[in-house]
Amino acid sequence: MSTLTAPAGVLDVALQSAETTQFRAQDWFAVLRQQGWHTFQSLPMPTRDDEKWRFSDARSLSLDGYAPAPEPTEALAAALIARSHFVARPAALVVHVDGHCVLRPALSPELTAQGVRFETLTDAVRHHPALLQEHLLKHSAGLGGAKFLALHQAWLRAGYVLFVPKGVEIRQPFVSVNWTSTDGAAVFPHALIIAGEHATVSIQDYHLGATADARALAISACDIHTGTGAKVSRLAVQGWGSRTQSFQVDNTCGGRDALITSVNAAVGSRRARLENTVRIDGPGADVRLYGISVATGEQEFDQRTLQIHTAGQAKSDLLFKNALLGKARTIFSGLIKVAPDAQRTDAYQTNRNLLLSPDAEADSLPGLEIEANDVKCSHGATTGQVDENELFYLRARGIPLEVAQELLAQGFLEEVIAKVEDEEGAEALRGMLSAKFHQV
Amino acid sequence: MPDSLVIKNLNASIGERPILKDFSLTVPKGEVHAIMGPNGTGKSTLSKVLAGHPDYSVQSGSALLDGEEILGLEPDVVARAGLFLAFQYPSEIPGVTIANFIRAAIVARQAKGAPFDAKAYYAELYAKMDALKMDRKFTARFVNEGFSGGEKKRCEILQLMMLKPKYAVLDETDSGLDIDALRIVSEGVNRMRGPDTGFLVITHYQRLLEYIVPDRVHIMWDGRIVHSGGKELAIELEAKGYDWVKTELATA
Repeated sequence: MSTLTAPAGVLDVALQSAETTQFRAQDWFAVLRQQGWHTFQSLPMPTRDDEKWRFSDARSLSLDGYAPAPEPTEALAAALIARSHFVARPAALVVHVDGHCVLRPALSPELTAQGVRFETLTDAVRHHPALLQEHLLKHSAGLGGAKFLALHQAWLRAGYVLFVPKGVEIRQPFVSVNWTSTDGAAVFPHALIIAGEHATVSIQDYHLGATADARALAISACDIHTGTGAKVSRLAVQGWGSRTQSFQVDNTCGGRDALITSVNAAVGSRRARLENTVRIDGPGADVRLYGISVATGEQEFDQRTLQIHTAGQAKSDLLFKNALLGKARTIFSGLIKVAPDAQRTDAYQTNRNLLLSPDAEADSLPGLEIEANDVKCSHGATTGQVDENELFYLRARGIPLEVAQELLAQGFLEEVIAKVEDEEGAEALRGMLSAKFHQV
Repeated sequence: MPDSLVIKNLNASIGERPILKDFSLTVPKGEVHAIMGPNGTGKSTLSKVLAGHPDYSVQSGSALLDGEEILGLEPDVVARAGLFLAFQYPSEIPGVTIANFIRAAIVARQAKGAPFDAKAYYAELYAKMDALKMDRKFTARFVNEGFSGGEKKRCEILQLMMLKPKYAVLDETDSGLDIDALRIVSEGVNRMRGPDTGFLVITHYQRLLEYIVPDRVHIMWDGRIVHSGGKELAIELEAKGYDWVKTELATA
C-alpha cells in the first residue's frame, strides 16, 4: 500500500488519475486539489522551534504509514450507519466511512423546496460549481497548520456542503458522521456551511473511530460563512480512535449581526490539533467559541484559536475547558486581534484546565493584540485541581474518591456542554466525555 | 454499645492546635442529642473529625458507630458506614445537578453493578422535596449553586432523608434560616426520628431546639462536654448565657 508522502510521485499520479476519472468536467476543482498538493509539497513540516507549534510535540509528527482506504463492505457500512443516529430526527444525516460516503443525505421535500441544499462535497461540486468556487477553502490556515490543510485540499473528496438560503430557519440539526475503520486510513473530511441572510441552522459533526483504538490520519476542515443576521450553531466532536493523529482547521466568518455558536469537543486521537479562526467582519456579530475535552493516557490536545475583529461593535467570546487525566497534555494558545477600526469591540477569551492527575500537563498561552482604543477585551487562564472542599462534600455523602472526582470534572465540563442547544447532541457529548473516565 | 455512636476520649487538632480534648459522648440510636456551646469551642471540629475531614488529625481516642471504629476511615467510607453530616456551610458544586448528586450517593451504597431503579428514585425524591416544600425544578439545579441560606439547608435535609443514615450530625443547621425555613427543616428531621436513627444536633442557639426537641442536651466548652442534662438545660443555658458555662461549669 502506498503512503501519502513516500514516494511522493505515487500520490501525485494517483491524484491526477482521480481527477481525470471523477472530476473531468470540474476543472477548477482538479486545479484546486493540485494546488493543494503543490502547496503541501512546498511547505516544510513544522518543527519545535516554530512559535505556532510551541509546547506541542512537533518532533513526533509523521505522515508516513497512512493511505486512503478502499470503500467499506456493505455490512460494515450498515453497521456504522446504525451507530450514527445521535439525533433521532435530524434535518438530514450524511455518513462517511474511511472517506467514502455510505449514506447520502436525503432532504425533505419541504426543505428542498425552500432552497436548502445538503449534499456530499462531490455532488455539490457537480451541482453548484459557482457556489463552491465562491466559498470553498477561501481561507488559508494561519495558525501553523498550512501544510496539513494543503494536504486536505489535495485529497478533498469526503464531506458535505450545507447551504441555507435567506430567511430559512431550521431547528432540527443537520448531522454528519465520519468514521475511520481501516488500519492506517487517511481521511480528509470537509464541511462547508453557508447560511444566508437571517437563516438559522444547526449542525453536528461527529468524527469517530469504528474501533476505540483505530489508527488513522484525519485532516478535516470546516468553513462557516454567514450572511447578515444568520444564526449558526455547530457541535464538532473529535472522537477518532485512540491511535489516530488528527488535525482540524476551522474557519468562521461572522457577518453583520450574525450569531454563531461553535463547540469543539475532543475525546479521541493520540494527538489532536485544532485550529479555529474566527473573522468578525460584520458589525453586530456575536461569535461564541467553546472548546471542551477530556484528555487521558498519553493524549495530546493542541488547541490554537484566533479571534480577528475587523468590524467594530461586534462581540466574540471564547471558553475552552479541558479535564486531564493520566499523562495527558493539553495546549491552549489563543489570540484576540482587534484591528484599528474595530472600535467598541467586546472580545473575551478564557481557558480553564482541570488536572486530575499529577502527571498531566496543561499549557496555556493567551494573547491580545489590540489596535483600537475603545474596546473591552480580556483573557484569562487557570489550571488547577479539584476543589478540596467540594471533594470532601461529595465524599461525605458516601461517594468514593474516583467517582467524586469524576462528578466534579463533569460538573466542570457541564458549563460548556450546556452551550450545545440540541439536547440529544448534548447528551451524546456527555456520554462520550463520561466514557473517557472509565477507560483509564 | 452496638446500637450507639460512642465517642471516647477523642483528642484532635487542626495543625498544631488542639481542638478536641478528651471528648467523650454517647448517642444511642433513636435519641436526639444536642450539643450547645459558644463559638470556637470545637463543635464544628467534632462534626468534621467524625466525618473524616482530611484537615484534622486525631491524636487519640475512638468513635464507634454501632461498634465499628470510624476514626481514620476515608470520608466516603464513614458515610457509607452510616454517618451523615449536614454541613453548616454546604459546598456549591457547579455543573452537578442535585438529582445526579444524590443518585451517585445512592449508587455508591448499592452492590456493585446492581441496577438503579430510576423511577422509584425520582418518586421518592419528589415526595421528599414536596415535604420540604422544595420546587421540583431544584432537581435540575446545580448543587447549592446560587441557593439562599435556607435553600442550602433544605437541600442538606433532603439528602439526609434520601440517604437514611444510622446517625446524623447536624452542624448549625439553624444558621441562616428564617422561622419558616427553620420549621420546614425541623419537620424534616422530626419525620426521620425513630428507633433506627440517632441525631447529634449542634447549635449555638436554643431556638432550634424548640422545633427539634432533644432527649439530651450537652454543653461543650474548650473541646469537651462539661455538662449534660435534659431538654430543660437548653432553656437554662439560654437564660443564664454562656458566661454561666464559663464561670461555673467549665471550672467544675
